[in-house]
Amino acid sequence: MSIRDSAASMAAALAKKEITSVELTNQHFDQINAVDKDVHAFLYLDKEGALAQAKEVDKKRAAGEKLSPLAGVPLALKDVMVQKDVPTTCGSKILEGWKPPYDSTVVSKLKAAGIVILGKTNMDEFAMGSSTENSAFGPTHNPWDLSRIPGGSGGGSSAALAAFQAPLAIGTDTGGSIRQPAAVTGTVGVKPTYGAVSRYGLVAFSSSLDQAGPCARTVLDAALLHQVIAGFDPKDSTSINQVTPDVVAAAKKLDVKGVKIGVVKQLAGDGYQKGVENKFNEAIAELVKLGAEIIEVSCPNFEYALAAYYLIAPSECSSNLARFDSIRFGLRVGDDGARGAEEVMNLTRQAGFGREVKRRIILGTYALSSGYYDAYYGSAQKVRTLIKQDFDKAFAKCDVLVSPTTPTTAFKIGEKSNDPLAMYLNDIATIPVNMAGIGGMSLPCGLADEDNLPVGFQIMSPAMKDDRMYLVGGALEAALLDKWKKPLLDFAPKLVGSK
Amino acid sequence: MSLNYDQVLEKYEPTLGLEVHVELNTKSKMFCGCATEFGAAPNTQTCPVCLGLPGALPVVNNRAIESTILIGLALNCSIAPFSRFARKNYFYPDMPKNFQTSQYDEPICINGYLDVEIETDEGSKTFRVEIERVHMEEDTGKSLHVGGSTGRIHGADYSLLDYNRAGIPLVEIVTKMVPNTGKYAPAVAKAYVATLRDILKALKVSDVKMEQGSLRCDVNLSLSKSGSGKLGTRSETKNVNSLRSVERAVSGEAVRQGNRLESGEKIVQETRHFLEESGQTRPGRSKEQAEDYRYFPEPDLVPVAPDATWIEKLRKQLPEKPADRRKRLQTAWGVPDKEMAAMINAELLDTVEETVLLGSDPTKARSWWLGEVSRIANDRAVSPTELISVKDVAQIIELITQGELTDKLARQVVEGVIAKEGSPSEVITKRGLKVVSDDSELMKAIEAAIAASPETAEKVRGGNIPAAGALIGAVMKLTGGQADAAKVKELLLKHLGQ
Repeated sequence: MSIRDSAASMAAALAKKEITSVELTNQHFDQINAVDKDVHAFLYLDKEGALAQAKEVDKKRAAGEKLSPLAGVPLALKDVMVQKDVPTTCGSKILEGWKPPYDSTVVSKLKAAGIVILGKTNMDEFAMGSSTENSAFGPTHNPWDLSRIPGGSGGGSSAALAAFQAPLAIGTDTGGSIRQPAAVTGTVGVKPTYGAVSRYGLVAFSSSLDQAGPCARTVLDAALLHQVIAGFDPKDSTSINQVTPDVVAAAKKLDVKGVKIGVVKQLAGDGYQKGVENKFNEAIAELVKLGAEIIEVSCPNFEYALAAYYLIAPSECSSNLARFDSIRFGLRVGDDGARGAEEVMNLTRQAGFGREVKRRIILGTYALSSGYYDAYYGSAQKVRTLIKQDFDKAFAKCDVLVSPTTPTTAFKIGEKSNDPLAMYLNDIATIPVNMAGIGGMSLPCGLADEDNLPVGFQIMSPAMKDDRMYLVGGALEAALLDKWKKPLLDFAPKLVGSK
Repeated sequence: MSLNYDQVLEKYEPTLGLEVHVELNTKSKMFCGCATEFGAAPNTQTCPVCLGLPGALPVVNNRAIESTILIGLALNCSIAPFSRFARKNYFYPDMPKNFQTSQYDEPICINGYLDVEIETDEGSKTFRVEIERVHMEEDTGKSLHVGGSTGRIHGADYSLLDYNRAGIPLVEIVTKMVPNTGKYAPAVAKAYVATLRDILKALKVSDVKMEQGSLRCDVNLSLSKSGSGKLGTRSETKNVNSLRSVERAVSGEAVRQGNRLESGEKIVQETRHFLEESGQTRPGRSKEQAEDYRYFPEPDLVPVAPDATWIEKLRKQLPEKPADRRKRLQTAWGVPDKEMAAMINAELLDTVEETVLLGSDPTKARSWWLGEVSRIANDRAVSPTELISVKDVAQIIELITQGELTDKLARQVVEGVIAKEGSPSEVITKRGLKVVSDDSELMKAIEAAIAASPETAEKVRGGNIPAAGALIGAVMKLTGGQADAAKVKELLLKHLGQ
């Protein structure tokens, strides 16, 4: 039993009582202690809470109670997800010190399943960013190369997986914040169908796009976690009241004979790194060998997805973030007894929000203002409908669609931090999925020749057909493992102090 | 030289617009499960949702949707097959999310009307007020400004926030412009709010207590030069919180605007506050520019799409229209107009009807509630039904009808019940209040009375019937008020040969 094992293997070892959850949890805290000074994946460690949870699971197991499949396995939680009495910052100074009085639905489900929550992971402030450099508490470093970004906004979660600090993590994905970090760290990340996982207790960035999902090192581990967190929630009006498809069975099936896979023409070419395209094409060749049918599809409106996204997401965030006014929770600046509420609010926001957050609030406020609404927000919603139609047409011919997850491999920390547009382009291939509310997965498909860094392979499936991406992802992963002889993460340089 | 109301109305034509906010009486809030009870200790009826904590999400209260549809149907509106909530973005310290979730361009009920009756110089007349929309939204919290002299935010030392009210379901009922009221604008406005209040009460969807703020009215008014056909600039007078104030706000605003226009000044489009004491309005906080609420569809909620079956089911639940009901009861009970109006004004129509339904004679029920009980209630500044139950009043009336109690005794029973001495029969037993109906006992008293004033008795014998009053009074005194005065009179006159 090693911390490099999959969550499924850890669960099996726990079930066979080869190891206790307390031991497993402690091993992960040891690894965190050894490497996180370099990686900085975590913002908060809840050692006491985690060990109490682990102890509880061990006790139940000793008593012969029936436990859920992942009971006792540790997990890292993105700091945008509310957990009762555990500090939740969203990577922002404005929430520093806030301890939520309630659990998000995802956290309730994790706790009910006996999954041990190690702590909260770093992220771009309020999930706005593609590099985790926008965290108010300093960037996270990519375990493949500490001078590079781990992706964002969920860079903390993906780095924790790649650095073996946790076998499972929760991410959230508004425009690619689960899939892009997975791609650049050589891990697996899934954005389920919008409404498949409850948003109750997920601090909102862009309500119509946000979706929580599983992050892991294998497709099966992601499926096991997906099964735990998905399902209808009466507390979230946008949650879908349907049975979650059996993603675990799909991940285990390893058979894609006759599956129609559409390659999106628009998600390649200009702007895509050569090595990324090569690894993507090699993966396609593997799928052909497995008997899948490859079809080229055209989604002409994807071209406008990024522009429309940068109207919708900032618009919604300008309203969602209005509640950070210093009155009921979080930071308060300048409350000297003489200043009024509005002035204190302004000073708090000036000090508490970072540059990117301010940029998006200003953008969104402008886009929603009277006289501009139709031209900006209204048009963006129309583009959204067109993108959905592109997907509908493509899915009429294909079971899933595929593309590289990101145009490039991990870039250097600081390289794009002063060029927001270049930064935004990272999400060009992931954003259409959020705009249409469908499912998307990223799994590693190799190392780019130019830089030996991981490349992500994106699989997109129609709404509430999330099992299809697990089916294709599981089969592709097995074929690639066969080819590489060892997991991709085993090619990564060993971190100093790592077990 | 300023113009009075009549002078203004000779030169100008008013156009009204009324916005009424109604707090629904649902058990839970609009978007969460918190209780809505009025008067609870501050911040005891809150949760992550109505406090706007990060991560919390709203879920629409189905009962609130039903109530709103009922209101729409009662106001002859069409119910939209698809409606949505929007976010109205602005900062206010007692609004937790800093946006109000409210319906905007896609309200649930549209295009209705309400007919109201007003008294004109030519008698009673029906006036149709057209309804533009009925929509749902949520209330804000409450701020209490401490220190300073005004109780307002300006000059206060600090403010306390109570979020119990935050998220209470509100329905806003907006009229179209109401033209052609002429000088009756104040009467139409008052009658509209009064009629609307009656309907909401009959629907049982709100407490409609203006004094507690569960029904609040904003009055829009503009003046145009008579015959010009051109609409003037309007002002919006906020939170006019009684029927009388509605009337006064309209006339007061008409006089203010009329005099401004006469002196060549312009009307500023602004929010004004109604001043209860003077009946005038003062300008609200001035805005350097028009507020931009940046409305957009609420992404955390799904559209409200009531299907036809649901709407028809609700339509069947509509109660009888208050105006129809009044006509029906007035005819059935044979009540004169003036008494009917008194009963309605005293808000005792329901109570009297309930008493009648328990078997009481309508005239007696009305006179007991509006007479004795109301008199005591007024003295104590409470409502009559807080003093005594319908059941007890009905029982007392029953005893009067059976001759077990005289009116005078009955008043003592009412007094006893109000003093919490027990049920009417317990009070009768405890106080020994029984009608003396035994003839021989009455005759003894009559003879005693005659013996005490023989001259009076002589007068009666001589045909002076009114003189008998003094003797009857004496008999009543001797029997401790427990005799039936009519019976005494009959026996006395017979005894004196009349």
